[in-house]
Amino acid sequence: MMKRDECLDVIARHHTNEIVVAVYQAAFQWVVIKPDAPNCIATGAMGQGSSHGLGFALGMPQHRVLVLDGDGSLLMNLGTLVTIATAAPPNLVHFVCENGTYEANGGHPIPGKDVLSFAGMASAAGYREVHEFSELDKLDAALPGILKARGPVFVTLKIVPGKMYPENFGYMHSPKARADFKRALKRLPG
Amino acid sequence: MATIKAVDALSGAAIIDEFKRCGVEFIVSVPDRVTSESVLRRVAADTALKLVRVCKEDEGVSICAALSVCGKRAVLLMQCTGLLDSVNALRAIAVEYEQPVVMMVGLLGHESESPPAESPKYGISVVPRILDAMNIAYEVLHSAGDEKRIAPAIERAYANSTPLAILIGRSPV
Repeated sequence: MMKRDECLDVIARHHTNEIVVAVYQAAFQWVVIKPDAPNCIATGAMGQGSSHGLGFALGMPQHRVLVLDGDGSLLMNLGTLVTIATAAPPNLVHFVCENGTYEANGGHPIPGKDVLSFAGMASAAGYREVHEFSELDKLDAALPGILKARGPVFVTLKIVPGKMYPENFGYMHSPKARADFKRALKRLPG
Repeated sequence: MATIKAVDALSGAAIIDEFKRCGVEFIVSVPDRVTSESVLRRVAADTALKLVRVCKEDEGVSICAALSVCGKRAVLLMQCTGLLDSVNALRAIAVEYEQPVVMMVGLLGHESESPPAESPKYGISVVPRILDAMNIAYEVLHSAGDEKRIAPAIERAYANSTPLAILIGRSPV
């Protein structure tokens, strides 16, 4: 099983100018791994990361958008799969880090743990391309194609938490986080 | 119930003209019975507006907020039930993050010129009280001519980066 921060390290190696929307534990890790990227981690309410990603993808079609979602978060907003598939932004890649638990809320299991298939639901909703990875080398090999593919693309990352990173909720919801994101957007080429 | 003369009723076409007058490009919506025929169906047929159909209204709060970061103006068109369902997203994304999330909200079952806060229906009267409690500005429209308040209110919302609810008290024609 992959560790989440190892997955994010691999994604960071392939990341160039994509806008990144990350939620909770993925956000706390991603802003340490890739602090200068255009990172939106202020998505307000659980489940809303992918909807922010859709808004950015529609509003900035010249840029690509990566969503780093969580499994509990996605369960809280499952309709987003249908909404995104219907809007069909070609510039959106939607990752979900699946560890089967509400990691930030005590590690309780998610409903459907070890039974449901997020990639299956995304495929049934109408995403153009769907992937599932549980091995780092396979993720690494496939990422260049995934990041260039016509979206919306969905990627399940079967993970375990990995090492702990600071849970900086204060920064996540701060005006500074939103200002940092807007400044990084202005630095994007094109 | 008194019959509403078409001449007194809000106009869906005038509402859409107001959206365009203040630069709205995107309409994000879950269908609402109050505005379904007069507004949403016109939006769907209007190639100058981009319609994003969402499954649940809180998705629309996020989409509208994200579009505003991109410099794009949007209106979330929904029923008052959807607003009630979206309170947590509005609390964080619109109010605490100070973002211009603009909503047009059909007051299902109101069909009156009386202030919504005085409605005998709890599902109606609670809406302005919740907006007041959340410090979200709102306009109530119910008669022909009221549409002219839409564009200035949306301009204020984007100028001040604050949320706005436009409450539709009677079905437009």
